[in-house]
Amino acid sequence: MTQQTISFADLVVIGAGPAGMAAATEAAKAGLSVTLLDEAPAPGGQIYRGIETAGPRRLQILGPDYAEGRSLADSFRASGATYLPGALVWNIGTDRVIDYSHQGVSHQLRAGAIVAATGALERPMPIPGWTLPGVTTVGALQILLKGSGVVAEDAVLVGSGPLLWLLAAQMVDAGCPPRAVVENLPRGRTRAALPHLLRALRARSYLAKGLALMRKVKAAGVPIHRHATGLAVEGADAARALVFAVGGRAQRIETTSIALHQGVVPNQQVTRLMRADHLWDAGQHCFRPVLDASGQTSVPGLYVAGDGAGIGGARAAALQGRLVALSITGGDPARIARLRAALARDAAIRPFLEALYAPVPEVLAPADDTIICRCEEVTAGTIRATVDLGAPGPNQVKSMLRTGMGPCQGRVCGLAVAGIIAARKGEDPQVTDYYRIRPPLKPIPLAELAGFAPGIAAE
Amino acid sequence: MTAALHSGRSADLLVVGGGIHGCSAALHAALRGMSVIVLEKDSVGRHASGVNAGGVRRLGRHYAEVPISQHSMQIWYGIADFLDDDCGFQIAPQIKVAETEAELASLAARAADLRAMGFDHEVMLDQAELRRLLPAVADHALGGLAALRDGFAQPYKTTFAFQRKAAALGVRFHESCPATAVRRDAGWIVTTPQGDFRASRLLNAAGAWGGRLAGMLGEPAPVEAIAPMMLVTNRLPHFCDAVVGATGRPLSFKQMPNGTVVIGGGRRGRADAASSMSEILFPELRLTAQTAAELFPIMRGAQIIRSWSGVEARMPDDIPVIGASARHEGLFHAFGFSAHGFQMGPGVGEIMAGLIATGGTNAPLAPFSIARFAA
Repeated sequence: MTQQTISFADLVVIGAGPAGMAAATEAAKAGLSVTLLDEAPAPGGQIYRGIETAGPRRLQILGPDYAEGRSLADSFRASGATYLPGALVWNIGTDRVIDYSHQGVSHQLRAGAIVAATGALERPMPIPGWTLPGVTTVGALQILLKGSGVVAEDAVLVGSGPLLWLLAAQMVDAGCPPRAVVENLPRGRTRAALPHLLRALRARSYLAKGLALMRKVKAAGVPIHRHATGLAVEGADAARALVFAVGGRAQRIETTSIALHQGVVPNQQVTRLMRADHLWDAGQHCFRPVLDASGQTSVPGLYVAGDGAGIGGARAAALQGRLVALSITGGDPARIARLRAALARDAAIRPFLEALYAPVPEVLAPADDTIICRCEEVTAGTIRATVDLGAPGPNQVKSMLRTGMGPCQGRVCGLAVAGIIAARKGEDPQVTDYYRIRPPLKPIPLAELAGFAPGIAAE
Repeated sequence: MTAALHSGRSADLLVVGGGIHGCSAALHAALRGMSVIVLEKDSVGRHASGVNAGGVRRLGRHYAEVPISQHSMQIWYGIADFLDDDCGFQIAPQIKVAETEAELASLAARAADLRAMGFDHEVMLDQAELRRLLPAVADHALGGLAALRDGFAQPYKTTFAFQRKAAALGVRFHESCPATAVRRDAGWIVTTPQGDFRASRLLNAAGAWGGRLAGMLGEPAPVEAIAPMMLVTNRLPHFCDAVVGATGRPLSFKQMPNGTVVIGGGRRGRADAASSMSEILFPELRLTAQTAAELFPIMRGAQIIRSWSGVEARMPDDIPVIGASARHEGLFHAFGFSAHGFQMGPGVGEIMAGLIATGGTNAPLAPFSIARFAA
């Protein structure tokens, strides 16, 4: 065994979605040594998952927006950035030393700067029965479709948000339409969104696309139930039916396959792990990292691009990735200005979407007996009782109840738990705050840690 | 200054530090009829008291600590009735495993020492007894030393329960309230961002920050901030009822009631008292993972799902500072528990409350005097 220094890269990008690919491409072109670490076996992130291997049929199902990812991936491949697919980042130190697992062995990599391009997670949608086998999320179904072309049969799509309609339309195109779409937006949301319509027209392609998706689903004869309330999944040991009410009339759909969705929110795991400051975004109803104009967090050298910085979608993510890289490399100011203008145009749709698809009160205030933390099976009522006892915030509730201590590390329940505590205390979520995130970000084998000897090369 | 005259800002006793020692002393002082204010710079149980491994352990303690630890154990056995909260406390054997004949001999010598001192709570286990208590232990383990009626508890739940019971008895807690200056007038005056607080008696239970406070009072104590590290695995089938340590290498090992295994012991992360932050250094945990897998082969298939650490105080001689100030009337210390203070919390709180209220105690506190650090 000989001592050797830990590898170094000027810039380490985490995540190979549009933001990560664009940031790595720009920074490599500017001459930085760049390493991109990504969990998936191929570039694309969630939005462009499988982009390099999708055949004509899958490209047709997934549509032209998806196909846009191809050129991003091609440029990234040609950029000269070092690309490590299948690399799971599981810890980052304050000294910007990254611990990651690759092919069953953990390594360290020291970064001059880090771009976290770890995207979005689906917002938790805790309804009675959501933890039963047979219940998944719309995002998870779309991953199956993109990754392996598998389309869920007979699935009932439940909730709200653009992704719900996109997947429904993609399932129609795949010849396997959903059994039903059950949307839970309250009445009056369209009216609430209308004041933002004029601005949204500056990004009208999104509006046109959204309407086209809904038309396609309707034209395919998929039953659509709007303004559903009282959503619950029935079943003893697996999902058997979805029950809800529309206009006071009870409905019941027998099904063993239910996909929930309530929009997406920034994945805070990396930025929270590194203790960057976060703020509560009341418009998007989620936390996002505080960023300066260059995309840098409160932690020097840690940047965020893409949905992890606040939900903006794939096109905005790629623009942000470029912008962050140009900021780091000191790029052409005129080009930075053009990118900023493009980003502002693209963002014109957001206030409209945020007003229309704001999370539904019923989802934000689950009934006492609804399970919130799936890993440890803790109910909303237990969380409220612990707040009533005097637990001041999410970390004390976590210490008491183990919420967020399971294998998901709070990724699934975090916002729901923080929201329940804030509501119970009548507090702004900014004050309530969020879990401290502990490494490893995802589980690693104990045997792998037992062999973790970075900086020492076996001869 | 006039704010301090307000009755809400003065009491018989000011406690600086809302950890288990501060909360326990506050509770016991309230039980003796004193009015108490606790000042906590962050939130109650935020640091070592809330994030330790939860061992309720007499086994293997420094001989000077044994009488106090014994006393504390009696309170632990009745903790649920005392605090109206079970604190997650369970009686379980604590076992130190010997992997070599030399280790076995050192454990036997310790057991003999303790018997000579009049304590019989640590007993030797031969290989068959060890295997009966730890069926999953590796074949090479030769025996061990055990305290069969030790146990474990949930640290934050326990500290929080002390706080609630104390608050129910009238103790006033001020959180996010760091002591920025201390001075003496007719009594003690502690300055905080929330104003000045006054009392005739002052207890320094400030943990890793206890040295700073003592230093402000001209009574320095060399506290080092350390960050013990703990690993948590996925849920495994039930295989271990005891809390296990090794003899020749650092390890603390326990399977929780839900099946997860908490592994810690010895190795340290990065601690920063100034920012109150600690950080896990995973390369340092390589040997911890190896030790766990070697002593319990079932661990070879486990997944690490979480880790944690916290800022803890360590004294150069690894025993705490407990007792009256050697310099000032009305000043008392209970800090620097050096990563093994959790079990002693209930007992030391009672001893301190007695000492503060009456000016004397029967507890053998001499080895813990802050005077041992006087230049």
